Amino acid sequence: MNCSDVWILAEQEDGKILRISHELITRGIALSQKRGCKLCAMVFGNNIDEADLQDLVDRGVDKVVSVEAPELQHFLIEPYSACMHDILSKYKPEIILGGATSTGRTLLPYVAMTAYTGLTADCTGLDIEEGTNNLLQTRPAIGGNIMATIKTPDFRPQMSTVRPRSTKPAPILQKGRKGEIIRLKHNQKLLNSRILKTGFIPNEEEQSLHDAEIVVVAGRGIKKAENVQLIRDLANALGGTLAATRDVVDRGWLSYSHQVGLSGKTISPKLYVGVGVSGAIQHLAGMQTSETIVAINNDPEAQIFKVADFGIVGDLFEIVPALTKMIKEGKLSFVK
Amino acid sequence: MRIVVPIKQVPETKSVKMDEKTGTVIREGVESIINPLDLYAIEIAVQLKESNGGEVIAVSMGPPKAIDALKEAIAMGVDSAVLVSDRAFAGSDTWATSYVLAEAIRKIGEYDLIICGERATDGDTGQVGPEIAAYLQLPVLSYVNKVCGTKDGDISVHRLVEEGSEILESEMPCLLTVVKEVSDPRLPTLRGKQKARKAVIPVFGIKELDLDPRKVGLAGSPTKVVKIFRPKVARECEKIIARDEEKIKEAAGKLEAFLKKKEIL
Repeated sequence: MNCSDVWILAEQEDGKILRISHELITRGIALSQKRGCKLCAMVFGNNIDEADLQDLVDRGVDKVVSVEAPELQHFLIEPYSACMHDILSKYKPEIILGGATSTGRTLLPYVAMTAYTGLTADCTGLDIEEGTNNLLQTRPAIGGNIMATIKTPDFRPQMSTVRPRSTKPAPILQKGRKGEIIRLKHNQKLLNSRILKTGFIPNEEEQSLHDAEIVVVAGRGIKKAENVQLIRDLANALGGTLAATRDVVDRGWLSYSHQVGLSGKTISPKLYVGVGVSGAIQHLAGMQTSETIVAINNDPEAQIFKVADFGIVGDLFEIVPALTKMIKEGKLSFVK
Repeated sequence: MRIVVPIKQVPETKSVKMDEKTGTVIREGVESIINPLDLYAIEIAVQLKESNGGEVIAVSMGPPKAIDALKEAIAMGVDSAVLVSDRAFAGSDTWATSYVLAEAIRKIGEYDLIICGERATDGDTGQVGPEIAAYLQLPVLSYVNKVCGTKDGDISVHRLVEEGSEILESEMPCLLTVVKEVSDPRLPTLRGKQKARKAVIPVFGIKELDLDPRKVGLAGSPTKVVKIFRPKVARECEKIIARDEEKIKEAAGKLEAFLKKKEIL
């Protein structure tokens, strides 16, 4: 098989390309430059703007292949995997990167299995091995206690899902940059689905946890459900999204969609603020790749301080309202 | 309704210790448990059986001691179990594991549903569920946080995604991977424990499953581990004690300066 290029799965929602796709371009540029090959993107969706596809080119993609049909409007495993296999057989990618999102982490294993090739989950580091040109994929395992570097030497394509927010989105290099945009005619045979999407219930929080640059997490130290409001106020003042530890969710103070940690979500925001969070290893597994970690806790020995960059030791019931007030009154200028 | 639940025995996360010199995980003397996320799969499977009739079969691939995990599943209400174990399986990555488990499920016979935990807390890949589905050519519904019900051979679920929950309907048979919210696992009952003690659990190896030896274990695994190392903990915490109003103001000022220095805001 003659494989050569690096491909990314560019995810879209309602015809708009998502941020994760731009992060994958950043990864893809680095890898394709080292390998001396093209960077290509595959897009599955419906009625995608030409401008959005050109935008991928402007950010560094050399070839965009877009497959569009009403059946591809939302992610459904069967049509998406059939179309991805179609691209595999037409273009023979050497490497495929997808986001470690609900879509990527479902679609890529489904495709890798049928293609009989290797897939590495939730990578935080990618590189090209000197000499062999193989993809080196580094990922956390065992709740972030170890890092493993993995490669797929003898099977193609080499596939990875990449942790969202583990790198910056690729900026626009040049408006109207030259590249190839192919709208692939869809094949109706590939679009059958035994799954039907009948509805959607949006999150309670305005901004999704995955997209949030700032996340404020309530831990057991908040003591009771009513005190969630204090943390919500701080999150709002900071322009961040509210989240919770397992303890808080298990007590029913916030819903499961807020849970960060081993049995919840893995997040990697620019700024993580943990309030009354003790730092159980199961929680750390879901947040320790955050760019900057701030903790507020009464116990100076709390585990959370071991992974924090900045800590305030004291009574959260005094500190949090004071902080919120200062931010709102403009006495602290670190609000956007 | 016949439901198969693949489960994994994992080391208790809290007791995981690292060999500082080699950077590898010390498995000896570490307590083994059912992957915590598999408990939600077992519970929802048992609930579906209770409301629809039928049976639940747990299957686990692992060393002989993984039988303990299967017995615990029986104590929670699972009807029977199969252990998939063979020296030849050692070192299997997610592809090879899914191949073996999918063939084991095939041997178990007809089923309406396969329900997996979203991922295991040790490997943390979340790939085996969708990969089993792909091998068996089943539709996969991942990140399921609610099972609404089954009717006329269809199942209706909610799927937790980044922006909310999708409402999906699927033909059965299909495979679900479930998250914590889907159910509240029960504790094993005394009667369940007695049943588990008496249970005879068959063991399937490479021969019983008639597998291609080139597709299992290290040799059959497309991915290879190059190295394992301990993550660098490069963080140094600037800790401020703030026990009164003055100190809180001071701490807030320092936090502001810190975040500015980090160019966060």
